[in-house]
Amino acid sequence: MRVMVFVKATADSEEGMKPSAKLTEMFEAMGKFNEELVKAGVMLAGEGLKPSSEGKRVAFDGPSRTVIDGPFAETRELVAGYWLWEVKDMAEAVEWVKRCPNPMFGPSEIEIRPIYEMADFEGIVTPEIVAQEEELREKLSDR
Amino acid sequence: MAATETHQAIEAVFRIERARLIGGLTRVVRDLDRAEELAQDALLMALSEWPKTGVPLNPGAWLMAAAKRRAIDGLRRDKMLARKHSQIAQELDEEIDPVGDIEAAMDDDVGDELLSLIFTACHPILSAEARAALTLRLIGGLTTEEIARAFLSAEPTIAQRIVRAKKTIGNAGLTFEVPRGKERKQRLASVLEVVYLIFNEGYAATAGEDLIRPALCAEAQRLGRILAGLARDEPEVFGLLALMEIQASRLAARTAADGSFVSLTEQNRARWDQFLIRRGLAALERAEALGGAKGPYTLQAALAACHARARKVEDTDWNKIAVLYDTLREAMPSPIVDLNRAVAYSMAFGPEAGLKLVDEIAGVAALRNYAPLPAAKGDFLFRAGRLAEARGQFERAAELTRNDREKAFLLERAEACGS
Repeated sequence: MRVMVFVKATADSEEGMKPSAKLTEMFEAMGKFNEELVKAGVMLAGEGLKPSSEGKRVAFDGPSRTVIDGPFAETRELVAGYWLWEVKDMAEAVEWVKRCPNPMFGPSEIEIRPIYEMADFEGIVTPEIVAQEEELREKLSDR
Repeated sequence: MAATETHQAIEAVFRIERARLIGGLTRVVRDLDRAEELAQDALLMALSEWPKTGVPLNPGAWLMAAAKRRAIDGLRRDKMLARKHSQIAQELDEEIDPVGDIEAAMDDDVGDELLSLIFTACHPILSAEARAALTLRLIGGLTTEEIARAFLSAEPTIAQRIVRAKKTIGNAGLTFEVPRGKERKQRLASVLEVVYLIFNEGYAATAGEDLIRPALCAEAQRLGRILAGLARDEPEVFGLLALMEIQASRLAARTAADGSFVSLTEQNRARWDQFLIRRGLAALERAEALGGAKGPYTLQAALAACHARARKVEDTDWNKIAVLYDTLREAMPSPIVDLNRAVAYSMAFGPEAGLKLVDEIAGVAALRNYAPLPAAKGDFLFRAGRLAEARGQFERAAELTRNDREKAFLLERAEACGS
């Protein structure tokens, strides 16, 4: 199964990267961890995200679309980075996350979410919606 | 933590650590069977300890230390026995201390213990089937029963295959090192062959079969990704990974709702996994950048990529495919490649071009009863307007195929030729 692994933001990560020995150390540890993930055939993708001050949100309500500039409040709910992993089950994903070096200077959180696969939709939604989803993917991949 | 949760965690830890553990232990005790046994012992110890103490912070190191203690106990016991049974106890004491040796070897930074284990399990002195079974057992962590189900074999057959393979390796006195230099190329080919064999076994699985069979594809992809992480400068490793990722991207599309097989040209391409395609294309790019453009796996990946890039069947770059087949038949001569090349030529340059090539290989013994040959020839003839001849070829193909659905399809095509 594929899982998305989110590193949650903290006040530190929201301030952006400032060069320091501590940061270098963390990068080195994270680099080693990533290497482990690659060597185990687990890691498919992963990136770090810039602070929400450089992000934007679009709020939806009926026909209206409102663009909101970052930074955003509720820091703990923000995402600071992600991985995409291929694991056998959630237990394996949890084991790997436990091995992750502290992703932030202070207390922080990592969240694991299984990714929907086409098989999950089939039987739950109508074939028409599955077809619609497929059409969407087709357009997406036309890029 | 609840008991079942701890149990799940232990299983997950073991899945992550097992192969590396066996690899590290093999290098020390120089015995595959013993290493597997020690790893198993370590797991049993974890199963009895961890529910009480919780999973340790560095579970891999814990397991290695536990296995190591077992190994040392075993050696001490052997030494004691030797002492009892021989009259040269004194001499033995003066010998180099094997326990000390083990400690030293354990402390080595054996970063490629996993790679050496893969090379050992895939050693060319073993048959391809034995290599596949041993690899799934040691690196994939599959049980003998699971491997038997995956390969549609009887469990005792697989068990025996694994025992024999271990014995062969034991008798050969291998060093359990990662091969370097000239030897590496040949040994690597032997590894890649096994990974692709596992993948194809999974790819051949049909709808409704035991789920363990299609899972072989995922296992082979994982092996490919592991190899790509460990042997970063080997173009064919990336070629094979690219080939598997791209082929796997079509897994969902090649089965219809009723479970029947859907051919490449008929597939709903929206169901192709674009993420795997992108990964495949990236791996292909790396293989080519490493100078491997003419490697057999890289060429096959390049062919698969031509289809993956075409959003619609009509967009397929048949000229490029024809050229790639020209190169592939040099790198990997095979009548099947020649037949596929004929198909590519017919698509790129017209049915006459296909007919010319297919006639060149018509006499090859390996293709004499091979249904795809008359099926392809029938298609070329049909497109060239030679309907009566086409009909004969479709009928011949229908006779040869063992697949009922394909048979019906071929007879339909024969029918369409009129009489």
